[in-house]
Amino acid sequence: MATNTRAAQLDRGVDEPLPGPLRRLHIDAPLLVALLGLCGFGLMVLYSASDQSPLAVERQLIRLGIAFALMLAVAQIPPNRLRNWSPSLFVAGCIMLVAVLVAGEIGKGAQRWLDLGFVRFQPSELLKLAVPMAVAWILAARPLPPSRTRILLAAFITMIPVVLIAKQPDLGTSLLVASAGVMVLFIAGLSWRMIGALALIAAAAAPLLWFGMHDYQRERVLTFLNPQSDPLGSGYHIIQSQIAIGSGGVSGKGWLNGTQSHLEFLPERNTDFIFAVIGEEFGFAGILALLALYLFIILRGLVIASRAQDNYGRLLAGGLIMVFFVYVFVNTGMVTGLLPVVGVPLPLISYGGTSMVTLMIGFGMIMSIETHRKRVRI
Amino acid sequence: MLESGFQDRKREQRIIATRSAIAALLVMLALALLVVRLLHLQVERHDHFSVLSQDNRVKIQPIPPTRGLIYDANGVLLAENHPSFSLEITIEKVTDLDATIEALSRIIPIDDKDRARFARLKRQRMRFQGVPIRLNLTPAEVARFSVNGHRFPGVDVRAELVRAYPLGPYTAHVLGYVGRINERELKRIDARNYAGTHFIGKGGIEKAHEDLLHGEVGHQQVEVNARGRVLRTLESQPPLPGRDLSLYLDINLQRATTDILGDRRGAIVAIDPRNGGVLALVSQPSFDPNLFVEGISQKDYHALLYSPDKPLFNRAIRGQYPPGSTVKPFVGLAGLIEGTVTAQSKAYCPGYFTLPGHSHRFRCWRRGGHGHVDLRAAMAESCDVYFYDLAHKLGIDRLHARLAEFGFGAVTGIDLAGELGGLLPSREWKQRVRNQPWFPGETVIMGIGQGAYLATPLQLAAATATLANHGHFIAPRVVRASRASEPSRSTPEEPLPIVEHQIQVENPAHWDTVIDSMVAVIEDRHGTARKIRSPDYHIAGKTGTAQVFTIGQSERYDAETVPERLKDHALFVAFAPVEDPRIAVAVVVENGGSGSATAAPIARRVIDAYLGGEPLPPEEEEKRADGD
Repeated sequence: MATNTRAAQLDRGVDEPLPGPLRRLHIDAPLLVALLGLCGFGLMVLYSASDQSPLAVERQLIRLGIAFALMLAVAQIPPNRLRNWSPSLFVAGCIMLVAVLVAGEIGKGAQRWLDLGFVRFQPSELLKLAVPMAVAWILAARPLPPSRTRILLAAFITMIPVVLIAKQPDLGTSLLVASAGVMVLFIAGLSWRMIGALALIAAAAAPLLWFGMHDYQRERVLTFLNPQSDPLGSGYHIIQSQIAIGSGGVSGKGWLNGTQSHLEFLPERNTDFIFAVIGEEFGFAGILALLALYLFIILRGLVIASRAQDNYGRLLAGGLIMVFFVYVFVNTGMVTGLLPVVGVPLPLISYGGTSMVTLMIGFGMIMSIETHRKRVRI
Repeated sequence: MLESGFQDRKREQRIIATRSAIAALLVMLALALLVVRLLHLQVERHDHFSVLSQDNRVKIQPIPPTRGLIYDANGVLLAENHPSFSLEITIEKVTDLDATIEALSRIIPIDDKDRARFARLKRQRMRFQGVPIRLNLTPAEVARFSVNGHRFPGVDVRAELVRAYPLGPYTAHVLGYVGRINERELKRIDARNYAGTHFIGKGGIEKAHEDLLHGEVGHQQVEVNARGRVLRTLESQPPLPGRDLSLYLDINLQRATTDILGDRRGAIVAIDPRNGGVLALVSQPSFDPNLFVEGISQKDYHALLYSPDKPLFNRAIRGQYPPGSTVKPFVGLAGLIEGTVTAQSKAYCPGYFTLPGHSHRFRCWRRGGHGHVDLRAAMAESCDVYFYDLAHKLGIDRLHARLAEFGFGAVTGIDLAGELGGLLPSREWKQRVRNQPWFPGETVIMGIGQGAYLATPLQLAAATATLANHGHFIAPRVVRASRASEPSRSTPEEPLPIVEHQIQVENPAHWDTVIDSMVAVIEDRHGTARKIRSPDYHIAGKTGTAQVFTIGQSERYDAETVPERLKDHALFVAFAPVEDPRIAVAVVVENGGSGSATAAPIARRVIDAYLGGEPLPPEEEEKRADGD
């Protein structure tokens, strides 16, 4: 495709900064700065939440390094190529999910891992990317808004991995994967009537879902409704996390001074419940700052989505950033007692590698979409 | 690449821009909801959660007080707190538990019972708490472990203060013992003050003076983590140790008395008449109280509980015996006070006594009778008929009232747990308990301490001391004073309260009359206890022989043919020196035969041990000397 230099310059003059060295590396500076800030804060909290163990911070730092490197690598891949890979990546992901159910490794009571010999791998993580990619691929193939057939097709291919992951069982991930499909559909302009219909179907399916749940999942829902029913058992997490957050007050107990976390009353304090540590040690003020950072990242993602070059890029960027939001909201909602306990980490802060790598690859895709815009004025 | 036209592209871009804007709005709405929730938790309910967080981490732990020590009259330690060593394993510090125990058992014996207890306790305790694998290590075992200790990380010797009674059986019936608090006691005690205490007094002084000995619990505020491990102490208030007790008991006399009684079953109580202090209190057989402190084994306990000799039974304060002729001084005094007899008035003893209009013969121990006897002779020779007659003339009501003044029929109030009050029969008692009227014959035998009449050795000793005191009754006590516990024993003593009363007698000469008659028991040439006469001081005493079973009208008691457990109990009461009484003694030897042959020499040796007189020469065992 031929490049119209003048038009490109015009285009640039309207809504784009001059191409700097970061731009040439396909890096979106605002996003990068915000992500680095988030991860830096995350390491600080993690140091406190891991009983000041340099080892935990070191490991997390290594993971972050890998994740950032992958983000940069993915950012170099042009969106077109991503689009071309979408269907095969999705099919490969679904095959691996089936393989996990058949021959997966069991960890913590659920079959989530696939041992590829050299590396243990959670195929469900791949689907967090493959589903929005595949749905964007399907919807972008025809003009928007999508026709009813396209919507049904998109819904159908979303449901395949969702059901497979729910079977592992991994409710949190299947929820995130489902939300990825839904979010892409939403950005694509799914009509409000369809949204209403989907909500109705979801409400009707809720009792069915209840009977399909494992006992521990039902217990979590019941505990959410009334944590005091079993304060030392299933309600313990949520009660202790609310004590931690509430006792933090406006300004917090100070870094490394959280008694709930340091005296081990708060379970899972460096993974899923790390948000409570932030609430305890940095208080309401600290949490506001964190939420502001998240909000900035999400808004930046939405801006990138709305000005992307083509529909595939728009839908993928919008879908990925909204999944990121779902991550944030499900985790914080769970820790503050707004939502039932679902095993979703606080993105880029919780200790652990898998979800972080997936998230950062997603951000790599978003950066790619932003930085590979063709300087063409149509 | 794009099949749609320019208009379509514009439209699509608008759709996505709108949806992105809506998405942004939804995101902000959701985050606003979160912020509202956080405001609720962190601002509105901050105080509530602060309290909960504080309650989580700060725990109040009791610090048990050290139990007070017990000293005898000379400052000899009778009850102490001994460090007891146990071997404990901290589970979380040990990698291979089985291998560790196996290796330990090669240097310190560990039996199956130890292993079973370890397995049981392991389940109850936290991983960072020590679990005992062996209790009561010997010093040699402690030394052996210390040498090898470096090989056993996570295994420690732990010292705990445990009650110890260095004199064991010698003091068991006086001190009692402590043991683990049981469920019944748990309901009774102040849960706050006993929060950290495991032991409580189970008998004797340990039980009677539990309040003084226990002390006041202390507290410390500690910071704990979620698993209850103590991380640091925030604040502490030390406990107030239990008070040390000093006794009237003279451990030298207690030991001597115990050895004098030897392996006979019986009891001896020696009281200082001047203050009511118990100088010695012996009940034989005894037991080792140290066995009970850390929990006695089922086997040992059964052996003690079901032994026919009843070693756990405190005969001195719970043994209720017919007092026999030892009541004669008190009956005689009642007669003098009531004017029924005088020192000179005589009764005729033909060998038996009959009530007017009855044929039943109340026999004198001497078949041939004593002839005409006055009080002194009747006392010295223990003439039954004189006292039958006297009791009959006094009548039950006056007899009961006068004997009750000496403490018969009621607990003396000694500061030992479990004292029994004996039984002093009366019209009212007979009506209430047996629903029968009083018969005159019962008054007659009460004059010689038989019938339903029962007294404890302690009551006999207390009554004798009162007699020696010319009617000044002081409730006997074992503990003289208490003081705040400290090693130098320099804090001031606080004497314990005294309960006393004076028996009112119009003519004080009656006391001397009775005491003189009791001297005759030892010093008269016909006295039943003439063999114990001392060259160094005058003893006033009275022998007694109590029937264990009733002898028929035509039968005769024959010590040779009666089974051991049906033999008479031998009794003796005495005090000395007569001019300035310093010791009053009551001796009861179960199935010991006669008072004069068995009990009196024992009493003399006890008095010798205390007053330091020339010892009574050992004598050949008399079968049946002079009557009772």
